[in-house]
Amino acid sequence: MNDLETALGNLGDLGIPAASAARRFVDEAGEMVDIAYTTIDSPLGELIIAATPRGLLRIGFENETGVLDDLAERVSPRILEYPARLERIRHELGEYFAGHRDRFEVPLDWGLIDGFRRRVLTVTAQIPYGGVATYQDVARRAGQPRGARAAGQALGGNPIPVIIPCHRVVRSGGGMGGYGGGTDRKEFLLRLEGAML
Amino acid sequence: MKLPPFQSLLEAHGEEIYRFLMASVGGNDAEDCFQDTFMAALGAYPELLDATNLKGWLFTIAHRKAIDCHRRRQTSDVPLANLPETGEEAEPVLVDQTLWARVRDLPPKQRSAIVLRFVADLPYRTIGEATGCSEAAARQNVRAGLTHLREDMAK
Repeated sequence: MNDLETALGNLGDLGIPAASAARRFVDEAGEMVDIAYTTIDSPLGELIIAATPRGLLRIGFENETGVLDDLAERVSPRILEYPARLERIRHELGEYFAGHRDRFEVPLDWGLIDGFRRRVLTVTAQIPYGGVATYQDVARRAGQPRGARAAGQALGGNPIPVIIPCHRVVRSGGGMGGYGGGTDRKEFLLRLEGAML
Repeated sequence: MKLPPFQSLLEAHGEEIYRFLMASVGGNDAEDCFQDTFMAALGAYPELLDATNLKGWLFTIAHRKAIDCHRRRQTSDVPLANLPETGEEAEPVLVDQTLWARVRDLPPKQRSAIVLRFVADLPYRTIGEATGCSEAAARQNVRAGLTHLREDMAK
């Protein structure tokens, strides 16, 4: 590399940093962003939360991999980190984890949820704070009285845990049952809500 | 077509695209060109058929935006070689202003090829893709651009 080529290489080192141009781009991209996401700290570990203009689409635990890649494939690749779009859910989650909120008001986007899972999660969404229901109850109310196991699978694939409270579905024998995010998180949530002592 | 989240393109290539635009159109216009580039990319992204060379695709768009910018400037008669106003966050960097002005006076394809090669460090194949010509033609444009600059400096 001679002097001329080195001098040419330096021509890019000017003006405002690329990072601030990138931030301005995200602000201006506005309505063209199909999925906005951010990450927040919580007692359940880091959560990744993603929303479309219709509502909250996905909450992922930190041990889940490929959350955004999956959304890019199933919904849209127009995905940008855009915390301003998620202020409201961040705020509601903060209040919930502090014990000051017993229901969520943010609109949900049910676009990832269809078929039997949709019926199961619709029923689950009606279980109140502090209460629990059994897998059997949920299956029956979703229209499949013998579908407790299938209901368990449907709950395990809940794309919006915590907000759609699949942690409130437990075994009929008194056991806690499984949880997509791990039983420690389920136990934490049930204790937080006073459903488990 | 399996496309990664757009955010990963912004993170992986935002800086090099910005450097390319800085050197190619200068600080006064680089940021607007950057916005135009990524806005156009975001708009077209879901319909993109080939995800194997996203970087080349972004540079293609940036190259076009840079050419648009130069055209606008020529028609609006704005002086070419003015240094950018540096923002508060910017670190002062010594740049050869004369050299910069000469780069900006090169024919568009040579200018883009030179900047893509020495500022963005792209291989000739990608430079060809970005500027709409073959790898050999990209190599030739870089060579011609360098010769041009050396002649200018010898004057």
